[in-house]
Amino acid sequence: MTTFDYAPALESRTIVTIDPQYGHFINGSFTKGSNHFASINPSDETVLSHVALGSAQDIDTAVDAARVAYESVWSKLSGKERGKYLYRIARILQERAREFAVLESLDNGKPIRESRDVDVPLAAAHFFYHAGWADKLDYAGMGNSPRPHGVAGQIIPWNFPILMLSWKIAPALAAGNTVVLKPAETTSLTALLFAQVCQQAELPAGVVNIVTGDGSTGAALVDHPGIDKIAFTGSTEVGKAIARAIAPTKKKATLELGGKAANIVFEDAPIDETVEGIVNGIFFNQGHVCCAGSRLLLQEDVADEVLSKLKVRVAKIRVGNPLDKNTDLGAINSSEQLLKIRELSKSGDDEGAERWSPPCTVPEKGFWFPPTIFTGITQAHRIAREEIFGPVLSVLTFRTPQEAIEKANNTPYGLSAGIWSEKGSRILWAAQQLKAGVIWANTFNKFDPASPFGGYKESGWGREGGRHGLTAYLKDAESNNE
Amino acid sequence: MKYYGLVDGTEASLKNFLKSLPGVDQVGAEARAAMLGTRSIKTSSKKKAIDLAISMVDLTTLEGADTAGKVTALASKAVRPDPTDPTVPSVGAICVYNDMVSIARKHLDLVGGSHVPVAAVCTAFPSGRATMPVKIQDTIDAMDAGAGEIDMVIDRGAFLSGHLMDVFEEIVKIREVCGEKVHLKVILETGELVTYDNVRKASFLAMLAGADFIKTSTGKVAPAATPPVVLVMLEAVRDFYELTNKRIGVKPAGGIRNTKDAIKQLVLVNETAGPEWLTPSLFRIGASALLNDLLMQRMKIRDGYYASPTYVTID
Repeated sequence: MTTFDYAPALESRTIVTIDPQYGHFINGSFTKGSNHFASINPSDETVLSHVALGSAQDIDTAVDAARVAYESVWSKLSGKERGKYLYRIARILQERAREFAVLESLDNGKPIRESRDVDVPLAAAHFFYHAGWADKLDYAGMGNSPRPHGVAGQIIPWNFPILMLSWKIAPALAAGNTVVLKPAETTSLTALLFAQVCQQAELPAGVVNIVTGDGSTGAALVDHPGIDKIAFTGSTEVGKAIARAIAPTKKKATLELGGKAANIVFEDAPIDETVEGIVNGIFFNQGHVCCAGSRLLLQEDVADEVLSKLKVRVAKIRVGNPLDKNTDLGAINSSEQLLKIRELSKSGDDEGAERWSPPCTVPEKGFWFPPTIFTGITQAHRIAREEIFGPVLSVLTFRTPQEAIEKANNTPYGLSAGIWSEKGSRILWAAQQLKAGVIWANTFNKFDPASPFGGYKESGWGREGGRHGLTAYLKDAESNNE
Repeated sequence: MKYYGLVDGTEASLKNFLKSLPGVDQVGAEARAAMLGTRSIKTSSKKKAIDLAISMVDLTTLEGADTAGKVTALASKAVRPDPTDPTVPSVGAICVYNDMVSIARKHLDLVGGSHVPVAAVCTAFPSGRATMPVKIQDTIDAMDAGAGEIDMVIDRGAFLSGHLMDVFEEIVKIREVCGEKVHLKVILETGELVTYDNVRKASFLAMLAGADFIKTSTGKVAPAATPPVVLVMLEAVRDFYELTNKRIGVKPAGGIRNTKDAIKQLVLVNETAGPEWLTPSLFRIGASALLNDLLMQRMKIRDGYYASPTYVTID
């Protein structure tokens, strides 16, 4: 038998220049910053750079800069002029796409194939999309001349750093707000590169401010009285804390939180494409996806066939160096996250579920977890209820469509769901019953800037993307009269 | 067992079997093929893939203007694709029209190519529009002239009008004519079947009826061997092996013109049917212009620079 091994095809990292140390980006220029901490490459634990731990003082300076920029420049520009800046940023993101992709894979651990083909092109697409809205806000369905909130405080997660930044900054700027954004502790580098893009685009100083740091920095941002609107993507736990913190204030908020999505496979599903969709649903981005299809619900009469094909397919997943163009599954983002995945997987073992992983070797250094499937799961297992945020799939079965819906909805989350069936009427029926913000039919993890994204229940408040997402950055007619 | 014990030769059982196959989601199949198209095959892997691809080429000429001179030139090239480098393997077969088979066979034997089979396109290629006695005689003629492989076309009109049994019986008949020694490739002409569901059904129909290979296209209809079509056919042979323990080959033909396309096909094979199919006895690429691009790329790897196209023979 001929073997066809793919020789290493490494994307060159010479295209990125990483400074040994970074400060914050405030009022159009970089500060020195203080209390720097290491930002490491999760695939080999080497130190990439040192980023500053933002203090309440740094946040204060940044919010002041954003306020001044809002009052003196940004709110005075016409929508058409704001749109020009957004188009310019979008084009620069495209021009520097390779640089962003390599840096994202280095800093986050995700495969270059994904950062190159998904994260960065989508980030640019969000700026293009919202650039088009900037001079058309009168048509956003919020009355004539809807007004921005003012200064938006934005906190983003580590799973899609540059993409989440664009989800936050593009609509905020299009609507006329200025922003203070805090990237995640472990993945600040592409946000800092984006700060350079703002300089390159000659965006007026203070319109975008980026303060790096940890949870304390984020808390300072949420608590700052100069913030008019909070946009947060992250865990449900932190989301709840933010909701409590802003309850007594006039701050508006959108919260994009956790999920435990059901991916439902009916007996008449297109099996081969379903298997691909299951793989894409849970192993895309190492499963570090809030809308990941982490609960697979299989109709019992096709369960064995789907599972056996799924295992054959999962055995072909290529785990390894994120910069190798043929890598499918990269590194877990941090040792902390790896511990969490291990702990929850162990609970699966302890509660009697059956664990399966294909034979695969993972690099010695860095944070790695093999693609894993748990069968023999019921609704009562912890791994069927809690968000793992890793490449771990929990498989459950059902007998009737009604039972599938009941199981799918039996979760405090409600971010996304998948339906696999060749029968259109069944897809429409199931989509009506599912309590989830995003429902994919015969596909999974597809994103588009024109499509609103957000959750039911404990998966969050509000929507991002599309016209719905834009309105979160505008005051409705009623607030306009305040 | 007849028809692998999966159907009993009645129309009802054939229709039931084909109906039981899962559907193909067009968007998903195309996305999977496109993703596999991003695999980056470099250095040592590329070198190996090029030689493998050369050994899988069914070097083809199927023109009204074909002459003995053209076919003998093709035969020489098939045996020694690069006369300056004996380490280049021979191609998988040469593929010609019926009346050129004996010329091709004789010339191959003459130039030391007795190991290279001649494949003949039969059964009223490319349209398949002839009566059954004509199709049978077409096949017998080719075999008598020395064809080791028969590339037959299915009756697409019958398939599209739901007369699946007619298609099935034609293949069964030609299989009988071929016997066990002559290799039977069944051309589905996927460009005329249009949907991936049809491609999957026709693939299973041909395999049940006794095909050794399922082949995408005649090369006369576009689109031909697109990556998603080949993906669906590779899934079919993989699943058929699960059911019967028999490996059926796949031959994409038409539209594969350069090394990059050929390597994409090999990646599809590797990650869909599996590495067991990476052999000329189970995977062939029907092509003409492709061979020279493979040779050019091979020289580039060997010498470190791109040579002038004048360094490869035109036929």
